[in-house]
Amino acid sequence: MLIRWNAAVAAAILLSSPALLQGASAADKPTDPQIAHIAYTAGVIDINAAKQAQKKAKSKDVKAFAEDMLRDHEAVNKQALALVKKLNVTPEDNDTSKALSKQASDKMAELDKLDGAAFDKAYVANEVAYHKAVNGALETQLIPSANNAELKSLLQTGLKIFQGHQQHAEHVAAELK
Amino acid sequence: MSGRLCSIAIALVFAAMVAPADAATIEITMENLVISPAEIPAKVGDTINWINKDVFAHTATAKNGDFDVTLPPKKSATSVLKKAGTIDYYCRYHPNMKATLKIEP
Repeated sequence: MLIRWNAAVAAAILLSSPALLQGASAADKPTDPQIAHIAYTAGVIDINAAKQAQKKAKSKDVKAFAEDMLRDHEAVNKQALALVKKLNVTPEDNDTSKALSKQASDKMAELDKLDGAAFDKAYVANEVAYHKAVNGALETQLIPSANNAELKSLLQTGLKIFQGHQQHAEHVAAELK
Repeated sequence: MSGRLCSIAIALVFAAMVAPADAATIEITMENLVISPAEIPAKVGDTINWINKDVFAHTATAKNGDFDVTLPPKKSATSVLKKAGTIDYYCRYHPNMKATLKIEP
């Protein structure tokens, strides 16, 4: 059942389809070690995307946005590592994390082929979609499934900051048009 | 003579550095991506003690350019208010964080 949940959430995150997220049964909840792994992986993905953007982006606004992503996501992941250490939890790899990583490396390869304004546009569009999807998964699945209060609270802080990122990305995307 | 001149000069320097007697220190905290208090009265000469309790870096950036304070995670900083006015400020990194200082002359 866990596999089905993982597949459903991964698909939902990847396709940003709320219908699929709702399709996952509440009984197939991910465990805290899995949630920690998914959240951390999602952070690493955006950190790598930001590093790529720092090298390739042309627009000043896009560069600044990438710098903000790097700063915030590294801060969240640093907190996440400190928390799992404190709780003595080992993050557990799972199909959602794997699917996320696979999708992200495909996206990076795709973006790598683009340059200048075309890269800027594609990177920011992906940041909008990615934050939207991650925020949806946090809100409807990861936060409600988290058992540990500190983990839940960290995810809630993450959601708040990532909602800001989504708005910021939407703003930059609008400016690029 | 030069000794006396020197001490007068020092006295003048110190006089200039001493804040008015009623200058206050006001604490403004940034925690969980919220600035509080969101609106606070102050006076020219008051010191703001900016306290960042988050693990994120923040800034206190005046919209009119009067100040731009950078606050690394879990750090604080102070600044002295020099000009009167109603100053809207925000965090450059997290523009949803907004607040107002009402600075009286």
